[in-house]
Amino acid sequence: MADIAMIGDKDSVLIGRAAGLDVYFETDGAAAGRLIDRLAKENTRIIFVTEPVFEAAAETVNKYKSRPFPAIIPVPDSKGATGAAMRNVRANVEKAIGADILF
Amino acid sequence: MAINYKPTRMEMSRLKKRLVTATRGHKLMKDKRDETVRRFITYVRRNRELRERVERLMSEAMKSFVIAKATMTRASVEEALAVPAAPARIEVGSGSVLSVEVPKLTYIPTGEKALPYGVLGTSSELDAAVEKFSELMPLLIELAEVEKTCNLLADKIEKTRRRVNALEYVMIPQLEEAIHSISMKLDENERGNLTRLMKTKDMLKAKEQQ
Repeated sequence: MADIAMIGDKDSVLIGRAAGLDVYFETDGAAAGRLIDRLAKENTRIIFVTEPVFEAAAETVNKYKSRPFPAIIPVPDSKGATGAAMRNVRANVEKAIGADILF
Repeated sequence: MAINYKPTRMEMSRLKKRLVTATRGHKLMKDKRDETVRRFITYVRRNRELRERVERLMSEAMKSFVIAKATMTRASVEEALAVPAAPARIEVGSGSVLSVEVPKLTYIPTGEKALPYGVLGTSSELDAAVEKFSELMPLLIELAEVEKTCNLLADKIEKTRRRVNALEYVMIPQLEEAIHSISMKLDENERGNLTRLMKTKDMLKAKEQQ
């Protein structure tokens, strides 16, 4: 069992396998959500998900937001960054400070 | 008025004690909020910087992977990557930022630079893509740690801010109002008593003179 997993479409995450990540091909939001639940139960520490999957499985992602593990981190896929991950960072700032003062 | 009280001295001193506690709690909470926000800002700046870098480098790695795939057949790419490399390991600990439990992740390099597939039937572009991606790993792990910390801190700040506001705008004003109205009531009773005594004295005096 690896500490780090990666979820996304095949074209984007296949390369992760060469770096020693546990790679799962999944693009459907609901299925990805279930997969994240399962990985969390199996004590995976970091789950990298591609941005489209991150948005599709937002419900599950939010569930794990307030726990120290697993860290679910959006990464760009083979089509490049969509900005979803940056929006997430920005949302954090807004939540904490009340206004977007950093960007 | 949400606080139920009886207009007695006992009750007033009890409420006064509560007010002192609430005020002290408010001050502490406010300090905690300010400090968490300060730390959060440094973390989130780092988060933004890391994310920008990761996004740039990752897109590059992905692009070279796409090129690598173009130079090989789909089947041979999948075959080359079918066997997973030695699993990437991280050292997991937990730290504390103002009593918020945050993860501490350290990447443990596997040490071996070797590619997890043979050179036969794979292109050098694939090697380059894999290498780029592997170089990205420590950065990705750091991003994971910082981003998670930001998430947790943002949560905590929101909660603390709510508590500060509840104390500042609800609890403390209510207590002050309750104390004020009790002291008014007690004063009123005092005056009532005094007038009654004076009145009785007058009446007794009038009786004596008759």
